[in-house]
Amino acid sequence: MRIALFVPCYVDQLKPEVGLAALDVLEALGFEVVYPEAQTCCGQPFINAGERDRGRALGEHFVNVFEDFDEIVALSGSCAASIRRQLPLLAPDDRTKRVAARTREFCEFLVDHGVASKSLGHFSDRVGLHPSCHALRDLGLGTPSESRAPARIDPARMLLSQVAGLELVDLTRRDECCGFGGLFAIEEEAVSCRMGLDRLADHRGAGARVIASTDISCLLHLEGLAKKNGFDFRTMHVAEILAASLASDAEHGFAATGDGLADGPR
Amino acid sequence: MGHVDRARAFVADADRTQWHDQALWFVRTKRDRAADRVPDWEALRQQAAAIKRNALGRLPELWTEFESNAVAAGAVVHWARDAREHNEIIAGLLHERGIERLVKSKSMLTEECGLNPFLEAQAIEVIDTDLGERIVQLRHEPPSHIVMPAIHLRRGEIGELFAKEMGSPPGLEDPVELTAVARRNLRKHFLSAEAGLTGVNFAIAETGSFVVVTNEGNADLGTALPNLHIASVGLEKILPRQGDLAPFLRLLARSATGQAITTYTSHFRGPRPASEGHSPTQANPALHIVIVDNGRSQLLAQPDFREALACIRCGACLNTCPVYRRSGGHSYEATIPGPIGSVLEPSRDPTRHAELPHACTLCGSCTEICPVQIPLHHQLLAWRGRLAEGGQHSRRRRWALYLVGTLFMWPPAYRFLGWSARAIARVFPSRLLEAALAPWTRGRALPAIPKRSFRTLYRDRHRQAAREADNGGREG
Repeated sequence: MRIALFVPCYVDQLKPEVGLAALDVLEALGFEVVYPEAQTCCGQPFINAGERDRGRALGEHFVNVFEDFDEIVALSGSCAASIRRQLPLLAPDDRTKRVAARTREFCEFLVDHGVASKSLGHFSDRVGLHPSCHALRDLGLGTPSESRAPARIDPARMLLSQVAGLELVDLTRRDECCGFGGLFAIEEEAVSCRMGLDRLADHRGAGARVIASTDISCLLHLEGLAKKNGFDFRTMHVAEILAASLASDAEHGFAATGDGLADGPR
Repeated sequence: MGHVDRARAFVADADRTQWHDQALWFVRTKRDRAADRVPDWEALRQQAAAIKRNALGRLPELWTEFESNAVAAGAVVHWARDAREHNEIIAGLLHERGIERLVKSKSMLTEECGLNPFLEAQAIEVIDTDLGERIVQLRHEPPSHIVMPAIHLRRGEIGELFAKEMGSPPGLEDPVELTAVARRNLRKHFLSAEAGLTGVNFAIAETGSFVVVTNEGNADLGTALPNLHIASVGLEKILPRQGDLAPFLRLLARSATGQAITTYTSHFRGPRPASEGHSPTQANPALHIVIVDNGRSQLLAQPDFREALACIRCGACLNTCPVYRRSGGHSYEATIPGPIGSVLEPSRDPTRHAELPHACTLCGSCTEICPVQIPLHHQLLAWRGRLAEGGQHSRRRRWALYLVGTLFMWPPAYRFLGWSARAIARVFPSRLLEAALAPWTRGRALPAIPKRSFRTLYRDRHRQAAREADNGGREG
């Protein structure tokens, strides 16, 4: 089975350590993964802005790059949702549909492969999980707070609850949007920042020291707000937490914490 | 000023924003608890959505049935193509009878049609009798919410308004006292009313009757005495059978305010029976029903958006919308604010409302909460595409997307520009860099800029792995 890693452009350029952490986790769990270098952008920013032609063209590029793989692991719930839900509506051909159906968010991929039943090492910290709206409501990873449908557990939560020492805090509004929203973050900057600050306040009130998510876009926004306002938070992709917890278990036999991780790429 | 500027002005008052957000979130949590108490809430939503879909698929047939049943029950039915016809029909009914004052219960349709200013220009006084509507009417501003029109105001502000307009003692803040002031004030209007107008929540084809729900009983008070009852109803409000009402009545109040049912659910069929002992203005009741299209049949013809006509105006999508809660209803500059408004308004005036579908993070909460399963955030996304293709993008957005898009289409260019942007960002003085990236950095610090991209690090990692494998081979 051939597995490809899709690393969104902003992760590639601004948070390369997240991509490396994902590789570490996947390899530690026995998956062999390839990173096709011709990949750029899945087209989501264009589709979401209404530029459907450009979105379709980038989607086609994505399909060309990834169609030879059996599974595509996306390091973003939002990009995965765009590929799986939006792209086939714009380009309803068989190739696109096939690639779309094979694309999964990182945590979703791990849970689908039975990883959530394993013990995933140690990471001693209080973690607030920030669900990505698109993973939650478009991919259906978890049950949104509005819904009264039978509960589905968010794969990110399933994985984090397999990490010893990790305490998931309870938020007042467990799935409120952080306000990133792509172009919204720039065009509606004032409301976007206000939403993000409210999110941070909720995590703070719940005693979280680490904010974890499957979407680095949300986290770049929240991290920027926390930094600007002098709040002492770390933002981590779930892959980074798992990389730390698995490494601590395998190599050192002690628990990793949010403080123990380097800032830049290793 | 568009939504962006008005929202920025709203957010600038941090206390008010927080209070507004929390007031609406409180309603949202009440809704959650109310939904919890209904076994199989999701099935109920599905049932309601199916009834609406069915009804919207056969509007001509259902309205014809409604008309003949309503006429048989003694009502007069009028058809209005647009807002102007609607307003003229109503003005005509009032002029014919020499009526100069109209008491009106809550109706978003009359807001949409601009009935109040139309009648006022013809020297007809309109008194809104819904408490929230009365408050915004006295303040000369539009409602900021479709269910709670004055939700943007605090008690103190209402106390001030009542002191000025109703002669109450200054400084009142207690909701019970404030309501009592309004009640006394409105009562005299009810007693002397010559005509009462109501909206319609549900029209029933099978019976020719209609249902109006209120929490204040003002629809009943406004129509119980006068000779003339006018009901304005949008083309989308029809249900086939009386039996179809139940799921909607169960969903509406719960979704709107978290109540199990509204305080008053009033059924009207034909005019009130004539009764003795009334004054001449009250002895010969008539009921006129004005059925209004005003763009609805056009929306029906658009498969991307037609499901929005299922809306029962509960306001749940406003209460749950994280953007609405923090930008206030007036920031939308539209009759209907929030997610459903941002879907409906561009169909009325695409140029004026072109930015509304962008006042949204596409979080999807509205779609999940909607009691009739309107795929609101998908429709907002569809509008973005439609409006962009119609040339309604701001020039700035179009160019930015064009340039970045071109970059992404050509991987070497993307790699090179990514590398050089990071290199520049690392040596650039941080203040200059922040200024250059102003909309992002106004409220947010920039992340530490990494030296190397993931793809470079990935290559290194592979080279190293290959070397190790190589060395291992030699040592072995």
